[in-house]
Amino acid sequence: MSVITAIKLKKRTSRWSELVRRLEHGDVIFRLLTLAAGMLVILAAIGIGFELWQNSARPRAEFGFDFLVGTNWDPVIEDFGALPFLYGTLQTSLFSLLIAVPIGLGIAIFLTELAPDWLLQPVGFVVELLAAVPSVIFGLWGLFVFVPVVVKPFAQFLNGTLGWLPIFEGPVFGPSRLAATLILSIMVLPTLVAISRDVFLAIPPSQREGALGLGATRWEMITQNLIPYGLSGILGAVILALGRAMGETIAVTMVIGNNLDLSASLLHPGYTMASLIANEFTEATTDMYREALILIGFVLFGLTLLVNIIARLLVWRVARRIPTESRA
Amino acid sequence: MTQNQIKVPEAPSIGAMLKTSIVGLQANNDQVNSFKVQVKNLNFYYGSFRALADISLGFPENQITAIIGPSGCGKSTLIRTLNRMSDLVPRARVEGQVLLDNENINTSDVDVVNIRRRVGMVFQRPNPFPKSIYDNVTYGPRLLGVRNKKVLDEIVEKSLRGAALWDEVKDKLHESGLALSGGQQQRLCIARMVAVEPEVVLMDEPCSALDPVATIKIEDLMRTLRNNYTIVIVTHNMQQAARVSDYTAMMMMRPDRAGEMIEFNQTRTIFTNPHDKCTEDYVTGRFG
Repeated sequence: MSVITAIKLKKRTSRWSELVRRLEHGDVIFRLLTLAAGMLVILAAIGIGFELWQNSARPRAEFGFDFLVGTNWDPVIEDFGALPFLYGTLQTSLFSLLIAVPIGLGIAIFLTELAPDWLLQPVGFVVELLAAVPSVIFGLWGLFVFVPVVVKPFAQFLNGTLGWLPIFEGPVFGPSRLAATLILSIMVLPTLVAISRDVFLAIPPSQREGALGLGATRWEMITQNLIPYGLSGILGAVILALGRAMGETIAVTMVIGNNLDLSASLLHPGYTMASLIANEFTEATTDMYREALILIGFVLFGLTLLVNIIARLLVWRVARRIPTESRA
Repeated sequence: MTQNQIKVPEAPSIGAMLKTSIVGLQANNDQVNSFKVQVKNLNFYYGSFRALADISLGFPENQITAIIGPSGCGKSTLIRTLNRMSDLVPRARVEGQVLLDNENINTSDVDVVNIRRRVGMVFQRPNPFPKSIYDNVTYGPRLLGVRNKKVLDEIVEKSLRGAALWDEVKDKLHESGLALSGGQQQRLCIARMVAVEPEVVLMDEPCSALDPVATIKIEDLMRTLRNNYTIVIVTHNMQQAARVSDYTAMMMMRPDRAGEMIEFNQTRTIFTNPHDKCTEDYVTGRFG
């Protein structure tokens, strides 16, 4: 009888020693630890939602669903409506993606498909550095440099040339939803670039060779092969960026102008849900006022959740339509 | 061995001219007009590393030429210079001439896209696009601007028939090309290439990821394609070279690791009466 067999036999005879062996080698402990870590995320998400819901009973009872469409926000007479903020959040975040997605994809494609080797690392590094800049710095820079030097002249130009469009209607202000949109598009860029770059890098070279071998130009290869191939990953990047844009608080608060406004114009000052909470939480003296702010938080929470669910479904549908793994 | 399956080339004049070894071949260069593709004094560098050394070789029209040799001797590198896929390799440099219909394609002013339409390629692993079978085949024609549905339908049927795949997929043209088996995927890739009607077909170890049955199907297909195309195949499998090719080029690695061509001849001669000792050792399986 070999030594190993002897040990196995001996181990099997004792359940206690089997348990000790498993504990010693860490399988059980490790599984429990990772399980706990995974559960923690779910608990945190549920806990946040629950607390926000619990602590906003008063305005819910008072306004019901009218809270979502109410256009007034007056703490003095305690008349609260979320529409201007909902609108501001959606408008700035969606428009910022409209600007950032093409630029971000462009950077990612340049880095993975066109850039010479020596440029790949430095540009990638700078883009990731952008993600590490605290948002209050973006806000300060936005307020003192970006808005007066870039946004205002740009807004005047837009108003001058395309002023007949409702979204570029005057009068022109410096701090505006346009300023917030532009700042946001810079802030979400690193997320977009980093993820879509990884998506493009993960596309097997054989796909590129296949396309080029059939006489495709680089442009045709990128638009007809790489982007469709990586579409679900790119959508994932866009969703993360949208989440970031909707939740971004300080930088937006500093440049958006903080004004109840429901006009279509991007050039007018506006307000977002996140900046409302940041601005007014310390002033909320009455229960109703405080709970209305918490309800705003709940709406924002729900909106991000909704966007993420829709996005998941979208990614899932795209991923199902385009199988990416070859069986061979 | 399966020498008895080798087809003797129909044109005796080419055969006679090529019966001589590469030395004779170079001497007769200006007389040989039926080379579809010709390589002259080709050197390939990866950075400072020389991967190919002074390769000179011709690929006869409407024949199958196999490139054989041990791993790392530069077979794939050589075949990739024939349609400028070598451009994709960072820091690579190609010196010398690659003549396609006697025109040098290894110059900076040549239209690479056009070259690749004339010289199609099948790769080591099947690489269908994650699109439907139909869209895979019409990919090339669409790039060329074919939009007419009827014309595209005809191209799809013709190409899939040409790649001996039509009967297996005609009822599921709009299903994903990735749902096919490995062998079918490779034939889809051949159909996709045939659809752009190239003049030359390069195959870089097209069966190395396939099982024997699928391999035989591809080989049968190559024999039919031979009527319309000039075929160059890189293979590790000497039986395959013996089975399908009309001519064989034997490559070896020099002591400095640069690949060189040591013998080019009719496949029958290479496998039965090689001039070079290395070739003999290789084809008889003594190394490699």
